[in-house]
Amino acid sequence: MKNKNLNGFKLNLGQLTIPIIAICLLIIFNLIRDPGFFAIEITHNNDGNAVLAGNLISIINGASELAILAMGMTLVTAACGGQDISVGAAAAIAGSAFVKILKSTESINGGTVLFALLFACIVAMLFGTFNGTLVAVFKIQPMIATLILYTCGRSIAYWINGGATPTVSSPIINAIGSFIPGIPVPTPVLIVITVAVIFKLVFHFTSLELLTQSVGINGSAARLNGINATFIKLLSFIILGACVAVAGCIGVSRLGLINHETLLIDVEMDAILAVAIGGNNLGGGKFKISGSIIGAYVIQMLTITLYAMKVSSTDVKAYKAIVIVLLVVIGSPVIKARFAKLWSRFQSGRQKVSTKGAE
Amino acid sequence: MQDKVLLQMRQIEKRFPGVRALDGVDFTLREGEIHALMGENGAGKSTLIKVLTGVYQMDGGEIKLDGELITIRSPQDAQNSGISTVYQEITLCPNLTVAENIFIGREDSTWVRHKDYEKRADEILGKLGIPARSRQQLGDCSLAVQQMVAIARAVDMKCKVLILDEPTSSLDDKEVNMLFDLMRSLKSQGVGIIFVTHFLEQVYEVSDRITVLRNGELVGEYLTEELPQVELVAKMIGKELDELSSLREEPDIVVEEKEVFYNAKGLSSSAALPFDFSIRKGEVNGFTGLLGSGRSESVRAIFGADKVTGGSVSIKGKPVKITRPVEAMKNGIGYLAEDRKRDGIIADLSVRENIILALQVMNGFFKPISRSESEAFADEYIKVLNIKTASRETPIGSLSGGNQQKVILARWLLTHPDYLILDEPTRGIDVGTKLEIQKLVLKLAEEGVSVTFISSEVEEMLRTCSRLIVMRDRHVVGELKGSDLNQEQVMKTIAGGEAKDEE
Amino acid sequence: MNQKIGVRREPLTDTQLLMTITIFIFFGMYLLAMLLLGGGFLRAQQVFDMLNDNASLIIVSCGLTIVMIGGGIDISVGAVTSLVVMSCVLYLNGGGNIFVSILLALGIGLAFGLVHGFLISYLEIQPFIVTLAGMFFARGMTTILSVNPQKVAHEGFAKLRDVKIEIPWLGYVANNGNVVPARMELGVVIALVCLVLIFILLKFIKLGRAFYAIGGNQQSALMLGINVKRTRFISYVISGLLSGISGYVFMMHTGAGNATNAAGMEMNAIASSIIGGTLLTGGVGNVAGTFFGTMTLTTIKKIVVSSGLKEPWWQSITTGGMLCFFILLQSVVLGQRAKRKKS
Repeated sequence: MKNKNLNGFKLNLGQLTIPIIAICLLIIFNLIRDPGFFAIEITHNNDGNAVLAGNLISIINGASELAILAMGMTLVTAACGGQDISVGAAAAIAGSAFVKILKSTESINGGTVLFALLFACIVAMLFGTFNGTLVAVFKIQPMIATLILYTCGRSIAYWINGGATPTVSSPIINAIGSFIPGIPVPTPVLIVITVAVIFKLVFHFTSLELLTQSVGINGSAARLNGINATFIKLLSFIILGACVAVAGCIGVSRLGLINHETLLIDVEMDAILAVAIGGNNLGGGKFKISGSIIGAYVIQMLTITLYAMKVSSTDVKAYKAIVIVLLVVIGSPVIKARFAKLWSRFQSGRQKVSTKGAE
Repeated sequence: MQDKVLLQMRQIEKRFPGVRALDGVDFTLREGEIHALMGENGAGKSTLIKVLTGVYQMDGGEIKLDGELITIRSPQDAQNSGISTVYQEITLCPNLTVAENIFIGREDSTWVRHKDYEKRADEILGKLGIPARSRQQLGDCSLAVQQMVAIARAVDMKCKVLILDEPTSSLDDKEVNMLFDLMRSLKSQGVGIIFVTHFLEQVYEVSDRITVLRNGELVGEYLTEELPQVELVAKMIGKELDELSSLREEPDIVVEEKEVFYNAKGLSSSAALPFDFSIRKGEVNGFTGLLGSGRSESVRAIFGADKVTGGSVSIKGKPVKITRPVEAMKNGIGYLAEDRKRDGIIADLSVRENIILALQVMNGFFKPISRSESEAFADEYIKVLNIKTASRETPIGSLSGGNQQKVILARWLLTHPDYLILDEPTRGIDVGTKLEIQKLVLKLAEEGVSVTFISSEVEEMLRTCSRLIVMRDRHVVGELKGSDLNQEQVMKTIAGGEAKDEE
Repeated sequence: MNQKIGVRREPLTDTQLLMTITIFIFFGMYLLAMLLLGGGFLRAQQVFDMLNDNASLIIVSCGLTIVMIGGGIDISVGAVTSLVVMSCVLYLNGGGNIFVSILLALGIGLAFGLVHGFLISYLEIQPFIVTLAGMFFARGMTTILSVNPQKVAHEGFAKLRDVKIEIPWLGYVANNGNVVPARMELGVVIALVCLVLIFILLKFIKLGRAFYAIGGNQQSALMLGINVKRTRFISYVISGLLSGISGYVFMMHTGAGNATNAAGMEMNAIASSIIGGTLLTGGVGNVAGTFFGTMTLTTIKKIVVSSGLKEPWWQSITTGGMLCFFILLQSVVLGQRAKRKKS
């Protein structure tokens, strides 16, 4: 009986095994390298607020946009069995729309920021609908369909900005990008938590999770159970659009300006990677949002670790690649099958006894 | 010449965990003979074919080709020794030309000499009378022609034994005739053909000999002309005395008076020809006929599973439109699909999630079934249907076939349908579960649910149904009730009345 | 009778159909540009410029086309090109020899191809992830080698770089009355040679047809006796090798190494292949189409510039629009075809 429980636990962890192991290894590695690596201290920033600082905070803070995008990407991956490579470009568009509204108002207050954020969301969701229509209605592979926006998205953002990189300065924008006065936790982290909670609530109050998985795993059976697969796929892209807008606005708020070329550059690759590291099958089907979130933090922790080891920001990619390859090789079906064989040979004696017992 | 033995399989054994798929089966193929291999689902035909083509390794027995003992380890091995197979699904590349499909993978040089191949391909096609041109893209040809191209490839590889696995199931009459002409011409060239099909007429049209399998055992080998059609059906289906023939206790009379629940006139779909059908409340009826007779296609049309192309439908006398599964579900119809793997289970999801799926869809997007509620549902049905699973969170894919089927059944029962369509619910599952499902069907009927039950096993249907609709070659050919409901009558109707009159 | 069948024109295959559409659109567009915009478009040098600028893109697109025909994807090609450029520049500046630098370029490309191929076909890891890692690795290595732009200062190389093929009769008369001959760089010749070789490989060699087979239906290809894993492996190796060649050609064109070299080239290459009629689903495509795909992309950019849309964003927006047009067109054309076949 005890054994069975243990097995159940193992199964539950299953998908999360690799990301959790990865994060543990990184933590151990850092602690050995520098025992004070994760020390958190309270400092005072320029505005005189008491805020948390330290490597751990910068990891958690820095991964915010990635984590939000990874959540949306997980849904698209699960429903469509493919990925959206246009999220970075779409985030630039959303950010530009955000700034455009802020620039066109006389004074930036809470209301206008909220309105601008809503507007950015609508714009990004429209582009999501465009991608989603190509995928769900025209049955074009997600990567090809989103290649269109990937190609021209940043230029559209540039066009919205009118060929400039406008800046916005306002205490509210500053608060979104860094800290709200009186709260020591970086605001992007709070936003990630909010988005994660919204996802949780959506899954709780709608049947989205079950339907998405069904469509992704077995489209034919899903249809015979009355599920509208086209709608589910479209919806996943629209939700990703909302995530993209939020991530874009955080990115803009951090710097106080919109630069269409550099805002969330290459984030699409990282987001897909986060989904994969989180143990989600890139071919669609069963998914765990939590895996993708952990995946995002794994990537960021890796990056910060490399920075701490005096690797320059441009070189980080090379080391990241090696870690990715190691992770996917461990997770590869062939390697897994090999291990399973070895394991079963190792266990065969014991298992015989236990199955007899069960019968 | 006719009697020279080409292929001999003796005492073939094949076991799967818990099942004896083949139990000492003999099979003999002579030169220049078309040999039909017959049997219902689970009889072991496909296992036998797979052993012969190297997809499975046999556990016992021997295979002799031209008198020599051979071992076949892979499909490649089989091809090299002269055993070629043409499967129901085309195993060619639709994006290449006909000529390339004939020669790819066995070119003798690094260079592809298109002109040469095309010339040779045209020769082969011409010789075999296949209406295709060598430079056509294969995907542009009809399925029948694609199949023939596959045969041409096999012939050009100098095959001695050609296995045709359900080649005619997606062809129309004209195409079937073309295929038969091709088979006859190959036969005259001395090729031995193993023909697997479910169409009785076709067997009588082309085959010389018939081997019948049932439950993994050899029933016998017969000359086609000496075996009347009705006897063949009897041999395929078997006539074992059945331990539970008293399952049903005169429900017919009661049903006759109940109101009609579902009525369709001239209903047709992209896969089914127009047919009329109605069912009363609390009635259990059945569609029977051999595989491929159109029984599944008909019930799929009722559920809106294929594209509905015509006909009018009313439920409880009120006209309704059912073109999509969700509309059928909203009208209280449930459908357990024939192909459990492809159309039923969502393999990676848990038993619990699979059970609540249909109810969830009917409840709508914004009314999710809460975790505790779904657990309660799952536990209830796991208990009621006696589903053997480690826990309700076990992925359904890891359950045995019978238990998977019960989960799908639970899924539909949970929606409390007024009308439940069960297409082969007992296929590939153990006897105990079969009986449980049959009992369940009768219990549902007592509770006022209308049920359509389809099974390849006639006894099962006799035991449960009060009315049988018999289909053959995609047409309804009869409806049996009351005293006509016996095996003999069913078989006669399936086989086409007095078999010989038909020919 | 046989003669008659030989003469008879068959309906185009999917590959031919999509390629023909692209070629027609390319020529139509170019003709329109000549008529409406005139200017540079009337000169042969315009075409040669397009070739000179895009020689390396053509080479990587060919490799990508092979991978895509086999049903895969390789997004590392741009990064590998960039890495090759930087490695060769540094090697030459360190006083290396030309011949060895060429080997170095090929070696780097080959190494990437081998690793990708192994991970994808023998360990069955998703191609997107593997080549994404390859892309990261190559980009990272490039900056590790040097963050600063490096100019080649190597005499032998300068000579090689300046080799230009001049075609006087395609030249034009400049304002000062001198005849300016049309100039084509050596890289273009290499690109065209690669193009022809791959065209032959795909059309007339057993291996080339095997790429189509595994892309068309992997299961069938296996049943038809094709070694699917090895074939897929080779497709990535060829793509890697071509990335190496492309890097060298790129260096001959720019004469310098820069960490941002060939940025976005992978997506341009994918776009070229798609416009040229290669389907990501595999089994359909042709390098001749890819060549015209590259030219179409370039022509659009030239047209945008010449027609007065000077703002920098118009180029990519029109490219995106064009891509959208082609993707939808292909989807509709092939959909219609499938429908017609059924009825």
